[in-house]
Amino acid sequence: MRIDPAITPELVQKHGLTPDEFERIKAILGRSPNYTELGIFSVMWSEHCSYKNTRPLLKGFPTTSDKILVGAGEENAGIIDIGDGLAIAFKIESHNHPSAVEPFQGAATGVGGIIRDIFTMGARPICALNSLRFGELSSPEVRRLFSGVVSGIAHYGNCFGIPTLAGEVYFDKSYEGNPLVNVFCLGVLRHEQIARGAAKGVGNPVFYVGPATGRDGLAGAAFASQDLTEESAEQQRGAVQVGDPFMEKLVMEACLELLATGCVAGIQDMGAAGLTCSTCETAARAGTGIEIDLSKVPQRAPNMTPYEIMLSESQERMLIIVKKGREKEVQTIFDKWDLPWAEVGFVTDTGQMVVKNHGELIVNIPASKLADEAPIYHRTSREPAYLENVRRFTLEKISDTVTPEADLKALLAWHSIASKNWVYRQYDHMVRNGSVVCPGSDSAVVRIKEDSLPLLPDGTFGPRFTEKLIALAVDCNATYVYLDPYEGAKIAVAECARNLACSGAIPLGTTDNLNFGNPHNPEIFYQLKKSVEGLAEGCRAFNAPVTGGNVSLYNQNPNGPIDPTPTVAMVGLIEKWEYVTTQWFKNEGDVIVLLGEVIDSSDPLLGMGGSAYLQRIHGLKTGTPPRLNLDKEKQLHDGLRALIYAGLVMSAHDCSDGGLGVTLAECCISQQIARDTPRLIGATIDLRNSPATRLDALLFGESQSRVVISVNPNKLADAKSEASQRGISFNEIGTVGGDLLTIQSSHRTVTTKLADLHDPWWNAIGRAMN
Amino acid sequence: MNFAVLQFPASNCDQDAVHVLKNVLGHSARLLWHKENSLGDVDGVLIPGGFSYGDYLRTGAIARFSPIMKAVQLFAENGGMVLGICNGFQILCEAGLLPGALVRNRSLQFCCERVHLKVATTRSGFTRAIPENKLLQIPIAHGDGCYFADESTLGELQKNDQILFQYATPQGMLTDAANPNGSLLNIAGICNKNRNVAGMMPHPERASEGWLGGTDGRLIFESWLQELTGRNKPSAT
Repeated sequence: MRIDPAITPELVQKHGLTPDEFERIKAILGRSPNYTELGIFSVMWSEHCSYKNTRPLLKGFPTTSDKILVGAGEENAGIIDIGDGLAIAFKIESHNHPSAVEPFQGAATGVGGIIRDIFTMGARPICALNSLRFGELSSPEVRRLFSGVVSGIAHYGNCFGIPTLAGEVYFDKSYEGNPLVNVFCLGVLRHEQIARGAAKGVGNPVFYVGPATGRDGLAGAAFASQDLTEESAEQQRGAVQVGDPFMEKLVMEACLELLATGCVAGIQDMGAAGLTCSTCETAARAGTGIEIDLSKVPQRAPNMTPYEIMLSESQERMLIIVKKGREKEVQTIFDKWDLPWAEVGFVTDTGQMVVKNHGELIVNIPASKLADEAPIYHRTSREPAYLENVRRFTLEKISDTVTPEADLKALLAWHSIASKNWVYRQYDHMVRNGSVVCPGSDSAVVRIKEDSLPLLPDGTFGPRFTEKLIALAVDCNATYVYLDPYEGAKIAVAECARNLACSGAIPLGTTDNLNFGNPHNPEIFYQLKKSVEGLAEGCRAFNAPVTGGNVSLYNQNPNGPIDPTPTVAMVGLIEKWEYVTTQWFKNEGDVIVLLGEVIDSSDPLLGMGGSAYLQRIHGLKTGTPPRLNLDKEKQLHDGLRALIYAGLVMSAHDCSDGGLGVTLAECCISQQIARDTPRLIGATIDLRNSPATRLDALLFGESQSRVVISVNPNKLADAKSEASQRGISFNEIGTVGGDLLTIQSSHRTVTTKLADLHDPWWNAIGRAMN
Repeated sequence: MNFAVLQFPASNCDQDAVHVLKNVLGHSARLLWHKENSLGDVDGVLIPGGFSYGDYLRTGAIARFSPIMKAVQLFAENGGMVLGICNGFQILCEAGLLPGALVRNRSLQFCCERVHLKVATTRSGFTRAIPENKLLQIPIAHGDGCYFADESTLGELQKNDQILFQYATPQGMLTDAANPNGSLLNIAGICNKNRNVAGMMPHPERASEGWLGGTDGRLIFESWLQELTGRNKPSAT
């Protein structure tokens, strides 16, 4: 016999609900909730599911364009038209808290969750990205988290068979104990294949497919919406789910096969808040009601209570609303794939979410009020006190470098800048035969060919089309955001768009992941608010509307909050194969050109504020970050694309972390042909005519809106005239060739052997981990 | 030619294999579900990469019991040509169609990168079109690719010229540093004694189009096609 605990103020508080929220629940129900209902409200009204602290801010994002087929917030992921009747679905999501507690499974199930969001839309997932943040690798605990997260992502993605094609990893003390694991997935479909997460058609049966429900992942969404504490690891381990990529692969194939039959009225994955979220959201979207009986839900553990079944986040499960009379098709397909399935309920016209157990009424909640009427909070914000110190920083406090060669090597070996081959070698980044540009260049490029699509009802991939190329990048320099939330967030968007432009792509859309500390702290809320403003303005400037994303708050540990990290993932289209451009120098004799200014003299810090150089060489994380002018930046991207389209660009690399010095070094050393086979190609650079007052700023300042390209000398005149027509600054700074990187300046000549640059850059992370 | 590409639950390079055989090389290739009992009218069988059954027990250990594997066994016994790539190689070893086993990489990590392969013999239906002394660049992507066999088996492999590919340096040397997974004798691919069944860890289907960074993998498919041309079809089952 099941005895539910009495509803006490303590129990309400334990569920993360405030007394006001509890009153609101009582008003909605016209009575006090029972234990199961309380659990349901607590997960649906968590930040993770309801965005109750951020919804007013998110309204500022641009979310429309003529290419958007499914917009932000409508469904599990946004969808964008890419022409020829094809479309892409993509989204980013966080799994920070689970990964802090159990890195391998936390990261693995993050990948599983975002893949489900994509195939729920009817799309076939074709590539994944991730954005990771950890403390510093000198700590054994950080190394454990880092290696656990990377192998968790590898485990899930590799087995599932999706290429993990790009990403970024930063290391900073603020993430110690609270790593960030943001995972992204992109899928492809035809316009007519878009599936909806709506419980349409009164009387239609509701199916549960996928593995049985267990006690794992109980109330994970609520857990994700709390601060991490010392005790979290022990107490919350049960809130971390266990992933089974094999199962997910089968569930996806079966779901895509089922969708092709046309018998599906609505489909939604059971992600955060599991059965609870999928039932109430599908009903709310369709304006219907839904009734299920838990006794029919496949269960892995004996004697599970309704509370446990409704809140379980067991993985790889889907809820499917089937057109009445076509139940047999579900059975045939799921039997073929040896997958469990069960008919658990039906769609009603009552607007209520009704849950029974062996016929006994357990839950009776208005579905739309639960899904859409969570409280909304307008939190107060206050400029963080530390910013005043940041603004006071001037360059007089540090002396100019006298060891530029050593600085360059140190920066290349700095883990946030060093090659991430130790990471991406563990990911299968080539499966599905579409990886045109693999990890290691500014953007990844994936091609869309016929088998990227889900099958049509006739068992074919449908009419032939010209293969398409999609470029992807994910970026966020959180140090900038910490030092100036608005400007930093703008730069995150600009850098992402710049990376796409460098690969020859034009942006289509953006998905963002807002990782912040506790929003009840006005200083944190200030970071959040200003960041969202910066992101919104950036996305508008590059015509890359936000199609969806994720908010992860309460990212802090006992030592304080993380650096504000609004991760930006942007997707773009490359119109022709010939436009695909990579970052490394190609041919001896090519002319090296800097698009943009060698140094931004209007910046009193000469691009050094928040720079990698200040952090790595001087141990300073301060200074106002470089300014970014969006008009100028947009002009640069358009001009760069025009040069690429005209066939004038041999390589293009965005100038960001580590400034011009690191960018040039990367152009020389970053092409990897095969195992132990880098292609090193030197360069001679002449900056003697540059106005720099300081050598460190000249080499390592991070002034924005700059790209290093290389141009065939025979096409230099054409390139120059194209650039001048486009109004972008075109500085010839050197020539490709030799086995040295030589940078001449009015201060002195900096010369290094390429092998001496490659080794620290390529091996730094591997060495720290072995 | 007609190829069957086997599809186990969680095969994930199945479409890639079909794509290359069909769209790149212009032959007929179809997916064949593992629960089928018959191969139908085929000239060659390809067992693709992936994680059949999640590889939770031991790579290939469950897949070998799938109904289709009986037909593959018979096809091979009758001289039919079978190529296993990555998980396909693991399945062929588990099924006893190839000697030895593939165990966890020495690094204990999954490893995805392009490697250099020395072609140890061109005297096989899977390597005959490869120019002498040509070093191949083909990607690997596996967690369990360390080839292991006892000494007498290794001796047999060498004596019978059954080693097809070995991990090598860019200069073609068989060094330990060039070995990405700890395979004995740097073995990346072998064939059976009758030379009609082969397995390899590297993925030739990922190196068959220039845009994806190289076409060395095509030489393996082209060898196979050459060998099949002018051959009698083995009795299909």
